[in-house]
Amino acid sequence: MLNASLRQLSLLLSEKKISSTELTSEFLSRIKALNPDLNAFITIDEEKSLDQANVADKMIAAGRSTPLTGIPIAQKDIFCARGWLTTCGSKMLSNFVSPYDATVVERFDQAGMVNLGKTNMDEFAMGSSNETSYYGPVKNPWDRLAVPGGSSGGSACAVAARLAPAATGSDTGGSIRQPAALCGISGIKPTYGLVSRYGMIAFASSLDQGGPMAKSAEDLALLLNTMVGFDERDSTSLQRAEENYTQDLEKPVNGLRIGLPKEFFAEGMSSDVSNVIEAALAEYRKLGATFVEVSLPNSKLAVPVYYVLAPAEASSNLSRFDGVRYGYRTAQYSSLEDLYTKTRAEGFGEEVKRRILIGTYVLSHGYYDAYYLQAQKLRRLIAEDFRKAFEQCDLIMGPTTPTVAFNIGEKCDDPIQMYLSDIYTSTASLAGLPGMSIPAGFGSKNRPVGLHIIGNYFREAQMLNVAHRYQQVTNWHELTPPETSN
Amino acid sequence: MQWETVIGLEIHAQLSTRSKIFSGASVAYGAEPNSQACAVDIALPGVLPVLNRQAIEYAIRFGLAIDATINSPSVFARKNYFYPDLPKGYQISQLEHPIVEGGHVAIQTGDQEKTIRLTRAHLEEDAGKSTHEEFHGMTGIDLNRAGTGLLEIVSEPDMRSSAEAVAYAKVLHSLVRWIGICDGNMQEGSFRCDANVSVRPAGSEALGTRCEIKNLNSFRFLERAIDYEVARQIDILESGGSITQETRLYDADRDETRTMRSKEDAHDYRYFPDPDLLPVIIPQEWIDQIREKLPELPKDKRNRYIQDFGLQTYDANILTAARELADYFEQMVSVLPGQSKLCANWIMGEVSARLNKEGLEIARSPISPEQLAGLLLRITDGTISGKIAKDVFDSMWQSNGDSADTIIDAKNLRQISDDSEIEKWVDDVLAANPQQVADYRAGKEKAFNSLVGQVMKTSKGKANPAQVNSVLKKRLTE
Repeated sequence: MLNASLRQLSLLLSEKKISSTELTSEFLSRIKALNPDLNAFITIDEEKSLDQANVADKMIAAGRSTPLTGIPIAQKDIFCARGWLTTCGSKMLSNFVSPYDATVVERFDQAGMVNLGKTNMDEFAMGSSNETSYYGPVKNPWDRLAVPGGSSGGSACAVAARLAPAATGSDTGGSIRQPAALCGISGIKPTYGLVSRYGMIAFASSLDQGGPMAKSAEDLALLLNTMVGFDERDSTSLQRAEENYTQDLEKPVNGLRIGLPKEFFAEGMSSDVSNVIEAALAEYRKLGATFVEVSLPNSKLAVPVYYVLAPAEASSNLSRFDGVRYGYRTAQYSSLEDLYTKTRAEGFGEEVKRRILIGTYVLSHGYYDAYYLQAQKLRRLIAEDFRKAFEQCDLIMGPTTPTVAFNIGEKCDDPIQMYLSDIYTSTASLAGLPGMSIPAGFGSKNRPVGLHIIGNYFREAQMLNVAHRYQQVTNWHELTPPETSN
Repeated sequence: MQWETVIGLEIHAQLSTRSKIFSGASVAYGAEPNSQACAVDIALPGVLPVLNRQAIEYAIRFGLAIDATINSPSVFARKNYFYPDLPKGYQISQLEHPIVEGGHVAIQTGDQEKTIRLTRAHLEEDAGKSTHEEFHGMTGIDLNRAGTGLLEIVSEPDMRSSAEAVAYAKVLHSLVRWIGICDGNMQEGSFRCDANVSVRPAGSEALGTRCEIKNLNSFRFLERAIDYEVARQIDILESGGSITQETRLYDADRDETRTMRSKEDAHDYRYFPDPDLLPVIIPQEWIDQIREKLPELPKDKRNRYIQDFGLQTYDANILTAARELADYFEQMVSVLPGQSKLCANWIMGEVSARLNKEGLEIARSPISPEQLAGLLLRITDGTISGKIAKDVFDSMWQSNGDSADTIIDAKNLRQISDDSEIEKWVDDVLAANPQQVADYRAGKEKAFNSLVGQVMKTSKGKANPAQVNSVLKKRLTE
């Protein structure tokens, strides 16, 4: 049952072969056993989860169920959930119990899913290794010396270790796709504007996008059917006709034109990753796809552009954490200035402070034009690169990350090296394009490698179809990490 | 040396939308602290702003009323600074691409009419309030006002005296109420002024160093603060000093301005476009619809009153100073076509005096325009004299909506034009005052007026004065 797909679970539940309460209890006891070591969850609340399972069982009994009713889902701790501690991985919110639900949480609640708990993450989603969390690092279930990636590291770990059948994530520069790749699971960041940001604690508003993380593309499609939708509470939410992401999963992919950006297959990618990607592309060739080389000449600027724009927005988004109305407040202060300074110095971790400083700097008088405005111009050029590339191909493939998961502590003192793990993913983020990572094999030290799929705007259904066809002929997504703990 | 004063005003007009500019919370004034602050207003983690369409419409109304350009796209930006009553740590405002750009209004001081140009008007949200009185050694924060929509209206430095500044502020105060976008309540802070003041040698083109005076919440304070500030700056310059650019606060109790913060302390607000809000695209059709629904503007009404009704410029200006006043006037004229001058005289005379005495606005007048028109009709048709009309007006003010006719009949005030009755009163008066009759006949014209007065008195004011005159003349020359 731990390895069952969402569709299988849905069938078991609707045929009443298992109750949501039983299913939820099983995952809860697994979390209890394995989480102390993996540290994938920040908050678990059995009573709340079982109450929801009970509601789900009643929905099923009353014949009011959806395909997701009764299935547990882990929520990244960036999503506000009413009555739940919502920390965003920070000491700053270590006492914040949200009085309201994020739209994403609300939509899954209404579908009858069970909130299994809140997953660990890099503090305010700033990080690529889950090491910046106030609640400590998360371990990669495939190799507990390794990081799970970040910032949605807890969610990726939970799904990979089968602590949850599915999880939510959020992706600003790669925070769904990179940990999905490093933990050997599937994750998709939809087109910017498809999933409501309301209640998802803001990091960089023009890039942040929620998305599902699960074992397979088919699971992602099911989750996306519920997760996507217009929300009047989010002004950047898009009003579009409802789409069914599962209906095209089985379509054949022969004739598919896959674009391979030459910049993604150049130096920087390690050979173990490159071997896995070549093998994955060979599978696609067998499925009838063709390949075309494309160019994204400005992609080398994606990381610097990202590290101007995201911190700029973050420096402003995080101003509300001032110790005045909620969250952490320093114990002793002598003035208003002192209250602000100490609260923020004590409440934020190093990486968050670094990015607030960078962001404040690039928005400052005299620097704005040289950094912020310049980065905005480059952002448009990066999007333009993709527009041209998609004239030649249907979607783009490459590695999700340049290397497999590194060791915990290995890159902590080298932020630039850490930032470079977003090199492939941040390019798509800046263009607002949908991006996805699916497991494609293993590299050095038997650590997972992810295949990155970038689609054109609103082509999520096509991406899921292409990923699903691959998962029908491979079993990487079905493999589970060794059970040894400690 | 002769000095010239240069003034520009920034006016914050609080928009009278039902809900806040980026949230659904109410903007009603005077509620329990923090009872009208929703999740968005207190800036909980994860919340997002959603623009109130009505606020955009109000800004467009204003732009059309001053012949300005409506910018599309118009962009919201974040103005970043820390303050306890600013929950997000930034204010959503506009920097580049304000919704309204340019435009002008006409002001009048004495007989002089002048055009004041506007730089821009942009939308932004208000902050909350910090209170220090009720909490010993602590600060209380009330976020009810946080997120209330404001239109910040910035003028060019076109004013040359405090009188012009007040005239301009009054024109805008009237205009925002006229077009229904702000209630103009200055006590409640719905209409607030900041003044940028500088002086320069008369004839000089270059602007002097300016000081910004904050928190001028009445027209009187605006005038006094500017006068004080101008004198202060001239004093400094004439004694060889120079002006430091700074923000100053007007202290009404001491009638002076004092330093609030210097230029060096000025914040770097780190403005950047708000990524939570898309640029606002305003289709021309929407602007056209708003223009069609716009009421006739004060300047147009004023011209019409002069041209169509033959009013003096002065009278036309007064009657168009507030929309309610103009409405009152026009409703009267619709009942009494051709008597616009009489209507204007009564509004500016009896009605204004009485309203002033009782501290009422025209909209709260106990006498409706229809009632007053009914009264004036009885003057024009000779039913009562102008003098009796004033008595009827007094009774009408006290009554509960009684018509002029009801009061005239109840008090038996109808003018008497019956010749035989008037002749009888005249004869009685002449018989009782032989001395005055003799005086008149001896050439003392004054005696005649005295005799008229006595006849009117005898008739208890009801005799038709014109008839009394002619009968008396006839008798005295017989």
